[in-house]
Amino acid sequence: MRRVLVVGGFFLVLLAIWQAATMSGRWSPVLLPPPGNVFEYLSGALHNGSLVESSLVTVQRLLIGYAIGVAIGLPLGLMTSTSPILQATIGTVALGLQTLPSVCWIPLALLWFGQSEEAVLFVVIMGTVWSVVIATDAGARSISPIYSRAARTMGAEGLDKWTHVILPASLPSVVSGMKQGWAFAWRSLMAAEIYVTVLTGFGLGHLLHYGRELNAMDQVIGVMFVIVVIGLLADKILFSPWERFLHRRWGTGRL
Amino acid sequence: MMSDHLDFKAATPAKLSVEGVSISFHSTRTSVHALQDVTLQVKGGEFVSLVGPSGCGKTTLLDIIAGLTRPDKGRVLADDHEVEGPGRHRMVMFQEPALFPWLDVMGNVTFGLKRKPGLSRRERHQIADYHLDLVGLRKFKRAYVHELSGGMKQRVALARALAPDPQVLLMDEPFSALDALTREQLYDDIQRIWQGRRKTIVLVTHNVREAICLSDRVVLMSPSPGRIREEYIISLPRPRDINSPELATIAQTITATLKGYIPESVE
Repeated sequence: MRRVLVVGGFFLVLLAIWQAATMSGRWSPVLLPPPGNVFEYLSGALHNGSLVESSLVTVQRLLIGYAIGVAIGLPLGLMTSTSPILQATIGTVALGLQTLPSVCWIPLALLWFGQSEEAVLFVVIMGTVWSVVIATDAGARSISPIYSRAARTMGAEGLDKWTHVILPASLPSVVSGMKQGWAFAWRSLMAAEIYVTVLTGFGLGHLLHYGRELNAMDQVIGVMFVIVVIGLLADKILFSPWERFLHRRWGTGRL
Repeated sequence: MMSDHLDFKAATPAKLSVEGVSISFHSTRTSVHALQDVTLQVKGGEFVSLVGPSGCGKTTLLDIIAGLTRPDKGRVLADDHEVEGPGRHRMVMFQEPALFPWLDVMGNVTFGLKRKPGLSRRERHQIADYHLDLVGLRKFKRAYVHELSGGMKQRVALARALAPDPQVLLMDEPFSALDALTREQLYDDIQRIWQGRRKTIVLVTHNVREAICLSDRVVLMSPSPGRIREEYIISLPRPRDINSPELATIAQTITATLKGYIPESVE
């Protein structure tokens, strides 16, 4: 209860500072609209359905791109962790491409796929895969060799050992890798939606982009707010249950 | 008690034969002759301890018997079959419990059973319950690994190793990380269980009294290169008490011999 009050108070203070800044008259209301205007835009966009529709389009792209990214990155990461040759080849590629900001994939995606859904997905996947590969690789590498030895004496070899021992043993690092991958997917998607105009679906990034074109600052800030909220919700819904499970089983973190 | 309604026969303990085993480890700077021409026979159902100063290759020898490491030369036979890899006929208890934290106690004990063909889910749980009873931890079968004390973890590891009914049990200093009281309790447990369900057991330890307390035979090894030097047959009556004066007398003799193996320090 106390915590709720403190957190609520904190955000009220932030809003008050914002309100005071707009009322000081130092900045043009076109560039810095008061909180009320942003709220008006948000409730209007919620009522006419454009915000919900864009959010759904965006989240759908995100989930598909992320799922493909993880489906590629997870096995690749497990593979590079076992073989020095794969580590030196695929591992190096992953490390290099991970440092490449995902916006840099957009020109290539546009030329290869045109202004299409595929171009957006491609950017999201490229933004996700490499960080998942690296996190999974590091995770699988950090597990104690004793687990593998114990498993082998109990008759678990090959694929059985991988799915029932190596993968669960590296779960804590895999989950944090997937979380990192999620953050990268989200960033890549926003970059893609801002730069790739597609007619098949109007996402949050597009709303943001047109807010700029129309000089509608209340829309720009409102959409940014929604993007933050979706990111927070995803963290709570997708990852918190996993993290609680891990803490309970491994006995790590607070109880 | 449990064995009344769970009447399954224990597997015949296997005899082990280590024949001329040698292995060296190479790093960029040095090459260590870990084991040189080691030959050892262990009878079916016999309890043998390998004792020696660190670096004598006793753990490496155990790994080779387990099939986790392949020797450069020589071979290991278990009941006349050459050991070519690890397998559930030769279970290992490690220095660390090596329990899987993503499984509860029951999940850990049934892990090896799931990989043993021909068991139904019900049978697996009965066998696991029976072995958890043996080590006195049935109440804890739904506990997570991190909720157990060090001694309880090693007990679960013992139950896990015994559950698939191996012919050989290999123990690599499984008591060394435990406090003295817990350790003595486990010596009693091991003696009781071993008398009830005979296994061929090879124990690696640096604790001479522990070796005497548990074994039929204590094998002494010396380092650089690692090899077998002497053997002592222990014929004290069982169950043995690690604090008995008879045991202490034998320990004195063996310890004196072992001291002779340690390379002379510069004085």
